[in-house]
Amino acid sequence: MAYSDKVIDHYQNPRNVGSFGTSKEVAQRKDVGVGIVGAPECGDVMQLQLRINEQGVIEDAKFKCFGCGSAIASSSLATEWIKGKSVDEALTIKNTQIVEELSLPPVKIHCSVLAEDSIRSAIADYKKKNGLGAEQVAEAAAHH
Amino acid sequence: MAVKLPIYLDNAATTRTDPRVVEAMLPYFTEKFGNSASRNHKFGWEAEDGIDLAREQAAALIGASPKEIVWTSGSTESNNLAIKGAARMYAKHPEGTTGVCRGHIITALHEHKAVLDPCKRLQNEGFEVTFLEPPADGVITREMVAAVMRDDTILVSLMWGNNEIGTINEVPEIGALCHERGVIFHTDATQWVGKMPTDVERDHIDLMSWSGHKMYAPKGVGALYVRRRNPRVRLEAIQDGGGHERGMRSGTLNVTGIVGFGKACELAMHEMDSERERLLTLRRKFERELSERLEVVQVNGHAERRLPHIANISFGFVEGESLLMGIKEIACSSGSACTSASLEPSYVLKSLGVGDELAHSSLRLSLGRWSTEEEVDYAIQAIVKAVNHLRTMSPLWDLHKEGIDVSKIEWQTH
Repeated sequence: MAYSDKVIDHYQNPRNVGSFGTSKEVAQRKDVGVGIVGAPECGDVMQLQLRINEQGVIEDAKFKCFGCGSAIASSSLATEWIKGKSVDEALTIKNTQIVEELSLPPVKIHCSVLAEDSIRSAIADYKKKNGLGAEQVAEAAAHH
Repeated sequence: MAVKLPIYLDNAATTRTDPRVVEAMLPYFTEKFGNSASRNHKFGWEAEDGIDLAREQAAALIGASPKEIVWTSGSTESNNLAIKGAARMYAKHPEGTTGVCRGHIITALHEHKAVLDPCKRLQNEGFEVTFLEPPADGVITREMVAAVMRDDTILVSLMWGNNEIGTINEVPEIGALCHERGVIFHTDATQWVGKMPTDVERDHIDLMSWSGHKMYAPKGVGALYVRRRNPRVRLEAIQDGGGHERGMRSGTLNVTGIVGFGKACELAMHEMDSERERLLTLRRKFERELSERLEVVQVNGHAERRLPHIANISFGFVEGESLLMGIKEIACSSGSACTSASLEPSYVLKSLGVGDELAHSSLRLSLGRWSTEEEVDYAIQAIVKAVNHLRTMSPLWDLHKEGIDVSKIEWQTH
């Protein structure tokens, strides 16, 4: 399969790879929202960690991804887009925008869906930890 | 020595045609272009001579008589003709006799689709099929077959060497069992013939499929060995027409392809022994160095009973397609889901009980006549680099490093 130049660039030079600590450490941190979506048997697991300040602005974002090149590129791109955005702005990002930006073929659309889900899941985790907006948490959870 | 890129390590998919094979074929395109079935002029006789020689070359490679070779378009056709042709010929009851088994067939879950799918079609025609579950090492033994054989078993079809993992079934032993029990034995020997010594008498084979393009002949030509004595095996034809190949496979013969097939058999006969040793040394180096230089590496299939040219290796916590992307100058295959457009990883690895995360993370590297040690060294370097790059990005690798068993986590599946 031929990849777009943007996918290859994100694969070779992924933006914002990393985490804000081990899984146990970030579970304790109220300023970090963690989203892990996908499953190894499907060949895709995305982990997104967002560091969010008291004003609800995403100060930093880190990702890790087990998946094909398109999955890596989708999660790398997602971190670029949400850094500096408010939580509400981040929730407006749609998978179709990722598909368009990376020129993903139809067989790879699920990679972009996973990236959108990881944003929702990480924000839901942040809100849950901080006792914010139960409805929005429920809405994000229902998405899965 | 500088390595020429890209490197071809997908010889189990297909091989480069040997230039000596091409040379043998050339006159049959423009000079000796006759139809081998034209019995009344020189053009036909020349073509027939070419076919006859190829038949002798193919038969000699496997210890058969030239009359026992049926030309086909490749292993898929050979397998179809052998399995459907034998089942329908040796069926116990007429088709449509409701509720009565027409005969029992034994095969295994990690066979090629060109064996599994004909068997599934026969199930719809009233045959019963046992699909043996391979053990973790991938080797089907005589005991496993004996344990499921029934009084109404008519056919056993088990491959000699597996195309994905290279494991070698106990074919001579299973053949002997079949002959003791009066059951027809077919083997798909596509990855075996030309690499390993074959003798259809010694090894108790009744029907054997193999393909030209896996042994340095062109694509589109294959052979089916059909035993003529002790027992004489009969097949119901699938393709009817001019009665070519003693009525078993009608259709004008692919003279150029068959001439090339014969030449490739002759070359294999002379070069097989030294080539096998050379490829085995290279394969072992591949497996040894990758296992030493990377953590959580699994060489799939039996440790010893494997073909010299196929290595199937899983790299834990790295996804196969992204790994291929990282080694794009190396042409090889992945057992990953993404390459097949379905979300299922390799059914062969799954049938061996290889976990999903390792099945998604596998590479099949297959060596051939022109593979060099420099190429293998280059590929090892590239794979180590790509695996390490991807592990820095892998959340599963982090979890593994934290001591968490990834297979015990409840994932949200989509």
